[in-house]
Amino acid sequence: MQVIDDGGAISETSTGGPARTATRESALREPMSAHQLTEVARRLRRHIVTMTAMAGSGHPGGSLSAVEIVASLYFRVLRHRPSEPTWPARDRFVLSKAHACPVLYAALAESGYFPTTELTTFRKIDSRLQGHAHIKTPGVEMSGGSLGQGLSFGIGTALAARLDGRPTRTYVLLGDGECDEGQVWEAAMSAAHYRLDNLVAVVDRNGIQNDRFTSEVMELEPLAAKWRAFGWHTLEIDGHDISQVLAALDEATETKLKPTAIIAKTVKGKGVSFMENNPDFHGKAPNKEQLVQALEEIDRLDG
Amino acid sequence: MTGTASTREVAGRTLVELGRDHPDLVVLGGDLNKSTFTNLFGAAYPDRFFDFGPAEQNIVSVAAGMAASGKVPVVSTFAVFSTARPYDQLRVGVSQSNLNVKVVATHAGITTGEDGMSAHAIEDVALMCALPNMRVIVPADAVETAQVMRVVVERQGPFYVRLSRPATPVIHDNGFTFTFGKAERVREGDDATVVACGIMVNTALEAAEALAREGVECRVLNMATVKPLDEDALLSAALDTGAVVTAEEHYVNGGLGSLVSQVLSTRAPVPVESVALRGYAESGTADELLKKYHLSAGDVEDAVRKAVSRKDG
Repeated sequence: MQVIDDGGAISETSTGGPARTATRESALREPMSAHQLTEVARRLRRHIVTMTAMAGSGHPGGSLSAVEIVASLYFRVLRHRPSEPTWPARDRFVLSKAHACPVLYAALAESGYFPTTELTTFRKIDSRLQGHAHIKTPGVEMSGGSLGQGLSFGIGTALAARLDGRPTRTYVLLGDGECDEGQVWEAAMSAAHYRLDNLVAVVDRNGIQNDRFTSEVMELEPLAAKWRAFGWHTLEIDGHDISQVLAALDEATETKLKPTAIIAKTVKGKGVSFMENNPDFHGKAPNKEQLVQALEEIDRLDG
Repeated sequence: MTGTASTREVAGRTLVELGRDHPDLVVLGGDLNKSTFTNLFGAAYPDRFFDFGPAEQNIVSVAAGMAASGKVPVVSTFAVFSTARPYDQLRVGVSQSNLNVKVVATHAGITTGEDGMSAHAIEDVALMCALPNMRVIVPADAVETAQVMRVVVERQGPFYVRLSRPATPVIHDNGFTFTFGKAERVREGDDATVVACGIMVNTALEAAEALAREGVECRVLNMATVKPLDEDALLSAALDTGAVVTAEEHYVNGGLGSLVSQVLSTRAPVPVESVALRGYAESGTADELLKKYHLSAGDVEDAVRKAVSRKDG
């Protein structure tokens, strides 16, 4: 991972629309290829299973399902400065499904916000890495842990950016089970009302929530039609196909006068056979033996 | 007393003034903007005013996002809709994050009147005081409200301001200066102290005048800043007068009376009586409700007599 922390300016090419001519002052030396992002994704997966195993608790399943989305954002799309987490012009990534913070912490550490060695403190006393994402962690934009609030928060950052005339974009990652929360739809309605084309909602459609499959707990379908009906430009993609993720995020940037929703079909626990599509690993950490197996499987994933 | 004035109208007008010097000030409302007088801000600064309809959970979280981006958001709607309804959003999104969100709640308490118990916020102070980092201010009148609004907008951190529906008695002259976190001694007296906030400050003053005719002299403290509480003023009052009565237009549990009792019981135990609501009220005029639900000057007088009678020796 090569992150420039020296303020080296790289002009926007791959993700920039007309309004995004600002320089990327801390960015990857070169825009990462899909292959490089795949390797980043592998590292994020290793961190996720390791930190949850070391903590003895946490939410690996919904972290693993969001790896390609988060990797694409942090290592290709977001303009951010790991050495200056509160840089006002940064793009915002809001983790509304804050229980999936292992994937966020892994991405922040790999980006250089804090050392990867700090990931071992996850969920432990005196750590900056709380059990649910909290704003005190460098790089974490929003305190979460109670579902349904992140999209509204993202409307706030998007409206503030518009008021300031900043090209800042806001990306909110929601869980699919989280869409049971009424506030998500209050927010969806208002984002379209205010024509927030600087706001993107990505729904991690892994099909499993805390107790059971989403279709058993509360039917969400037709989910894309709901977002369209609420006035969003809505895309459906394979959330593990990095080229599809990047193309959707590019399309969102090009889309004007509407916010964009990306329904990313994913697999809960992706990359670890015994976690995949297994509701048990929504909120359960792997044990030592399972960790060994998980790491072996992650290393063998196609790159 | 020099007549009556509306705290919510003054708050709305003050926001317009503050908007001039504070370009980051933004106001968020929920389809009650004529009632909160924030429509005045909307008319003056349409690009900094956002109506989200009656979707208070969304409003509070949007405000948190704006605050995290350097804006100074004021959320203004009725007290019932700005506390209980978005409580989780205030808890996780504002209090736990210690973000610079200002909640200006109008139509608090039973003086909201005819709309009935669903519209009577009598739990809001308790709810807000139970949030770490949240500061809670209940101005005594319109003059104080104007000053409070300036302090709240210019001071970093989350605030809750509690205002009334009806025009309420004005007890301050225009030279008054509000000091955040400090009780204001609005009347001198050595026999007992009435600690009041909001409309009950004027009621306490009326009660004190009546008691003076009986030879009982009351100190009256305007405890506009309910959180953080001015403990020094309370301790002085307990030591100097030996009996304390609290008076608030709020449920008895968790409000000013509870907070004062907590301080005094640990640091200066003296007889304490509380004038507060014992349950939900009903539809009626503000004056009828204050009388029926025992928030009148006579109720304060009775409480003072009882507290004084409980003094040692």
